[in-house]
Amino acid sequence: MGKVINIQPITRIEGHAKVSIHLDDAGNVTDTKVHVQALRGFEKFCEGRPAEEMPRIVCHICGICPWAHHLASSKATDACFGVTPPPAAVKLRRLMQSIAYIGDRILHFYFLAAPDFVIGPDADYSVRNVIGIVNAAPDLAKQVVKYRQMTANMLEHFAGRAIHPTLSLVGGVSKPMTEAERQEMLPLAKELLEFSKFTIKFAKDNVFPKYLDAIKTIGVIKVGYLGTVTADGALDFYDGHLRLMKPDGAYDDFKYDEYLDYIGEWVEPWSYQKFPYAKKWGQLKLDLNDPVGVYRTNCLARINVADKMATPLAQKELEEFRAAFGRPAHLTLLYHYARLIELVQIAETAVQLLEDPEITSKDIRAAVTPKAGRGIGCVEAPRGTLIHDYTTDAEGLITNVNLIVGTTHNNAAINLSVNQAAKEFIKAGKYDQGILNKVEMAIRAYDP
Amino acid sequence: MPVKVAEEWLNACSGCEISILNTGEALLDLLPHLDFVHIPVLIDHKYFGQTGDKTVMEIPEAVVGIVSGGVRNEEHKHVAEEMRQKVKILIALGSCAAYGGIPAQANMWKNDEVFDKVFRHCASTEPSPNPEHPNVPKWTNSCQALDEVVKVDITIPGCPPHPDWIADAIGALLAGKTAWALPERSVCDTCPVIREKKSGGGPIKRAFTNIDFDPEQGLDKMRCINEQGFLCLGPVTLAGCAGKEGVPRCVQARTPCRGCFGPIRKGARPMVDMMGALTSVGLDPKTVVDRRAIMNRYIGGHGFLAPLPARPAR
Ligand code: SF4
Ligand code: SF4
Ligand code: SF4
Repeated sequence: MGKVINIQPITRIEGHAKVSIHLDDAGNVTDTKVHVQALRGFEKFCEGRPAEEMPRIVCHICGICPWAHHLASSKATDACFGVTPPPAAVKLRRLMQSIAYIGDRILHFYFLAAPDFVIGPDADYSVRNVIGIVNAAPDLAKQVVKYRQMTANMLEHFAGRAIHPTLSLVGGVSKPMTEAERQEMLPLAKELLEFSKFTIKFAKDNVFPKYLDAIKTIGVIKVGYLGTVTADGALDFYDGHLRLMKPDGAYDDFKYDEYLDYIGEWVEPWSYQKFPYAKKWGQLKLDLNDPVGVYRTNCLARINVADKMATPLAQKELEEFRAAFGRPAHLTLLYHYARLIELVQIAETAVQLLEDPEITSKDIRAAVTPKAGRGIGCVEAPRGTLIHDYTTDAEGLITNVNLIVGTTHNNAAINLSVNQAAKEFIKAGKYDQGILNKVEMAIRAYDP
Repeated sequence: MPVKVAEEWLNACSGCEISILNTGEALLDLLPHLDFVHIPVLIDHKYFGQTGDKTVMEIPEAVVGIVSGGVRNEEHKHVAEEMRQKVKILIALGSCAAYGGIPAQANMWKNDEVFDKVFRHCASTEPSPNPEHPNVPKWTNSCQALDEVVKVDITIPGCPPHPDWIADAIGALLAGKTAWALPERSVCDTCPVIREKKSGGGPIKRAFTNIDFDPEQGLDKMRCINEQGFLCLGPVTLAGCAGKEGVPRCVQARTPCRGCFGPIRKGARPMVDMMGALTSVGLDPKTVVDRRAIMNRYIGGHGFLAPLPARPAR
């Protein structure tokens, strides 16, 4: 009789999951599963809600990327009622999204991911954590806390809520930015850009080189990618069209409202999380050696599908990355690197937006009339593409909702990466804390 | 001696944990006094031993236990019970733990109806049977607040709670206190807007237009949102969302309160009280669209929301 190793809870991720690893009599891995245990039912309980309330309801899907859901929902409701928010409203939405993402990335890199790299993947769990980081590098930890705090304060000061925001509404936003607020925020955004530049340099000099081995072995799979690009192929977080890339780099571009032609969702009895897959590539096959329909989303996917970054410093970083790893880059742990390239773009974007005087325009909300309609709103959340698909009735109440959210896209890929890592490291019944942590690192790379 | 702390999240979104991290400098000051023995978001302690060989779930003993999220499935229940057994003082963190939170909106339907939608009637989903597996915990009958399942000693409400209060409550425990609560005041009590105890009347407006204010002026020059004819749940919501100082968070964004800190006192009936508050400024509470869901947005546990025999009246 073989045995089953249960890793539960998966830690330093957002959410509830359990990994089961099945071993045969000889102690070799036969099967692995990542069981997602949480289900809340947003698609159901949003039915009947007034559409204009949606952006402040669905943000609660995720406390780490509430701004992404808030904005995808705003865009979906804009589309249901057929309104176009004024340019300043879009700029404010983008600005808030950028500031929120900077805070998120700093958190993920230093507090959730770094313990594996700075303290070491095999270190005991009691030190392999943020407190270990605080003890090992107290000054850096102070800076991290300071800059995270800065992003939270900027959001709160302007938008009231940093977590579960209310600023964005169908047709625009709830308040304009004053010139005084712009003047206050601009130097802070510049500081965040400096810290972002420091962070990617720090990672390239001190973190990644030591772990090239891990990068080449943990969670490695070769699958497709999904992300958002602008008309000229640049990476964009707020708007554009979707691009679905095959493992070999060929891709299809499509508009939001065509998503059902490209993406289907499969259900497995052993997980509450569905398995989105690329329909056009065939029926989903979760086979490590011959996967079908599997694609990934989140940062590595975005920088793979994009022809270029949207800002100059980030573009330089991308060129350096591509020279080393090619396009598409498949190594799973490169997610950590890609995340920091994105960090640079987001910080540059925040500075650009605050340097643009139009952001203080008082024209921030289009006229809104409720009506029957359907609207599909997408944005790139830190964790991947969000698809919010709403239908409204004549009174503007929600009658139908479909949601495909960031990490869900990665469900199939995460399962494959875990399978790969388990098979790579667990052999002849030999495993320990360090080895099981490496299996978890395959999950953590996706920042699920 | 640092105090041992265990933390868990149940039917939660992780916003509460982010709020703990947002205590910022205060967090760095508190850290040396806290010994986290279990906190899945930050530390890799496992239920079944570090190599997953044990068969019984185990959370280490601690003085303080912090739980975010309500109880939605059998496993949440199990974790809540294990936490209760292993800690001396149990803190319900956030409005999901305190009242059920947003996910308790699902209590307006039967479980079957929710599963039927999620797994068989979503546009991109291949219609499939509900997942069923020993590693996929069954839903409980409804989404409950933590104190409906185990005894809770301290509640820090809010969605998310303000970091000031998290630091304050933990500080009180470190100082040897065993109780902590926010003062019983309403959001309106902390709101600087102009109130004249009357409105323009007419049906309550939906958020299709922005409220009226001068962006160059402070909130003390803005008229109360209810008195402008929109629904604001400030009158029936516990104050504290802006922390120790500051204005209500949603009002800061020039948007109305939706009640995320929950009722002002235990046993209050916010929906009834809110109808009274609207009437008192000359508004007709019957004209609030989607009244039941909106007024119970964060507090659907404790039986506040349940399936209606027919479709919810609007
Ligand atoms: S109370 Fe709010 S922030 Fe906390 S877990 Fe619930 S939804 Fe998230
Ligand atoms: S009803 Fe809203 S706007 Fe008016 S005083 Fe209360 S919290 Fe402030
Ligand atoms: S104003 Fe109301 S809904 Fe908004 S944060 Fe405060 S208590 Fe919560």
